Amino acid sequence: MNLAKTETHLRHIAIIGNPNAGKTTLFNALTGMRQKVGNYPGVTVEKKEGRIIFEDGTEAVLLDLPGTYSLTANSPDEKVATDILLGRIDHTPLPELVVCVVDASNLERNLYLISQIIDNHLPIVIALNMIDVAEKEGLVIDIMKLSEELGVTIVPTVGSKGTGIDELKEAIAKPVEPSRKSRQWRLPEPVQRECDELKGMLQQMHHLAEPLAFHEAIVLLTSTAALAEHNDRYAPELIDHVKRDHKQLELLGIDRNSVVVESRYEWIKRVCNSAILTNRRSANTTSDKIDQVLTHRFWGFVIFIVLMGVMFQAIFSWANLPMQMIGGAIGWIDTQIVRFMAPGDLRDLIVNGAIAGVGAVVTFLPQILFLFLFIGFLEDTGYMARAAFIMDRMMSKVGLHGKSFIPLLSSFACAIPGIMATRTIESRKDRLVTMLVSPLVSCSARLPVYALMIAAFIPQKHLLGIFSLPGLTLVAMYLLGLSAALTMAWLFKKTLLRSETPAFIMELPPYKMPSLKSVVLHMWERSVLFLKRAGTIILGVSIILWFLATYPKADHGSPSERLDLSFAGRAGHLIEPLIKPLGFDWKIGIGLIGSVLQREVFVSTMGTIYNIRDAKQESGIMSLQEHLRRDIDPVSGLPVFTTLTAICLMVYYVLAMQCMSTVAVMRRETNGWKWPIFQIVYMTVLAYSVTFVVYRAGLLLTV
Amino acid sequence: MPRTTLNKLLPGECGTIEQVDSKTSSIKQRLLEMGLTRGTAIEIIRFAPMGDPIEISVRGYRLSLRRIEAESVIVLRGSKK
Repeated sequence: MNLAKTETHLRHIAIIGNPNAGKTTLFNALTGMRQKVGNYPGVTVEKKEGRIIFEDGTEAVLLDLPGTYSLTANSPDEKVATDILLGRIDHTPLPELVVCVVDASNLERNLYLISQIIDNHLPIVIALNMIDVAEKEGLVIDIMKLSEELGVTIVPTVGSKGTGIDELKEAIAKPVEPSRKSRQWRLPEPVQRECDELKGMLQQMHHLAEPLAFHEAIVLLTSTAALAEHNDRYAPELIDHVKRDHKQLELLGIDRNSVVVESRYEWIKRVCNSAILTNRRSANTTSDKIDQVLTHRFWGFVIFIVLMGVMFQAIFSWANLPMQMIGGAIGWIDTQIVRFMAPGDLRDLIVNGAIAGVGAVVTFLPQILFLFLFIGFLEDTGYMARAAFIMDRMMSKVGLHGKSFIPLLSSFACAIPGIMATRTIESRKDRLVTMLVSPLVSCSARLPVYALMIAAFIPQKHLLGIFSLPGLTLVAMYLLGLSAALTMAWLFKKTLLRSETPAFIMELPPYKMPSLKSVVLHMWERSVLFLKRAGTIILGVSIILWFLATYPKADHGSPSERLDLSFAGRAGHLIEPLIKPLGFDWKIGIGLIGSVLQREVFVSTMGTIYNIRDAKQESGIMSLQEHLRRDIDPVSGLPVFTTLTAICLMVYYVLAMQCMSTVAVMRRETNGWKWPIFQIVYMTVLAYSVTFVVYRAGLLLTV
Repeated sequence: MPRTTLNKLLPGECGTIEQVDSKTSSIKQRLLEMGLTRGTAIEIIRFAPMGDPIEISVRGYRLSLRRIEAESVIVLRGSKK
């Protein structure tokens, strides 16, 4: 096969645009389902690629560049986009053609990015998207005129309706020339002169290509921070020259930071003035009317809380049925294997190791699907930006960004989508803080542990007639997790990851009807990513845990006696002195070790320890509760479990990491082991100390 | 025309950008790139339910920013509309 050969001959086309310009919809329309998602090597920016098939059967690779407002490289996303468009990265070829998605109803700001791309002398085609919205708003654009001013081909499109997709495909099917009219904008005279001079020096002394030299000249001239960063990249005399330029411009009273942006926008204004025919924009658009309610002082909050309520209802109740079905299917596979395979270690490994571990992850898939469905829907309509707008004040109190709210919220279902949702946060430190505290929010895997402990040890009493004690306990655990997350975020922002409260400069895009295709595709992508990330590492860890709980093998005895003699059992005994101060005995120790993988494994491990695997058939979890209540410590003669032990155990589970999938995702997202290990350590220390304090205080109160 | 900062304007009030004067250069850069350059007309649309951040209309789109960031944006009150 000469597959590799044809691969290298494929044309590489990139697609770029401002956030909210409809880039993803166009990307989906151009590629269909032929796409794959990955990461750029070395950074945590998502790389999305697809295949376009043209009329004549030829193919091209379409690279979806991160949505960005400029190529100044503030965030990792922008840096990747900039580097690719300048041909500065080895792993990604310089695109032969760039499709620029421009929101027609927001021409001025969108053209800012376009002017930067044109500067790079890359062949571009503009998809003038959402042309219907612009027209509805009373904005008439002379496309011929605009095309002439910019010197590039422009195709009007409506991504959501599929209008103009064929024309766009046709326009990019053949190679395109770079803009005939590049760099129409001029800097004020002294700056332009310095810029040209510097560009010449960069070309001569460092052999940079002209577009790259121009880009670097501008960066060096305007940004003092970039100058410091590039100190060792360029010759000392060049750096000195730049420093002299800086002084000179200062003497002339020129604001270096503003001058480039202003010059670009002046040119854009001229282009728009000649290309926009009528602009009868009414002040009060539909979006405004919606916002008068959705960001209203009172109703804004009410609707926000109702929406979040519905989301949780979906995650916790509607997802129940499919979860049970998946659980049933896994059980069925188990029985089939048991029926057709001879008993032995291999069968045991498959059933109790591999399937048990991976099954536990897959069971959570419905919840994750629902969560991503909602997030996708909220994002696609434009409500997500409003949620950040409403919640920012609260989040800024602990030093975070309004955008940190959604990851924390998602973590109530599962920390994994929560951590994955932090990608929208621009500042690296703030993203890290959000990822570090997300697993403290009580996820759904903790619920089985809470449920068991509450059912067994919290009396069914009522406070003030309406609040049941078990219900209140459950709420208390959720509140404990949330307040721990916020406190730790505040602490990290004050110490380890100290940085200014991040800037909140965010576009509020007009509301739009969500596209079902986009939302479903988004949900699908995220879920596959979740399965890949969590699934692989879980398989490994669950096999190790199975080994520890099975070997060395005792030939006879009940399952609980065998577990007691295994490595895991011995480890349980071994750590008993360590967990004694928390009021836990060795059996809980085994439970803790067993649930390092997934929290809810604690319940099944307890089941094994108390030998109910054979007896539980009809009464299920009820009998486990009985067992726990009746267990007496042979030495002291006191019950092993008291209400206090149960509370301590729950507190420990609120705060401890106990989830390998999260660790796996943290490693992927932070590109290394440093942060996941730090996270395990800090959460374990936190869990241990808080549980210790609760236990001691509890003992004092009950004596 | 009275010179003031963006955070001092109330919903419904208009102004013209004079200068962005943020001490943090990345914030200044971002505000400029989002279109807040000298001479640009802006209008305050609303405040968030808890009073912060604020929403403004600039270059035909809606931008939200915190009061602390708005404080670094010098505007001439009134003018257009």
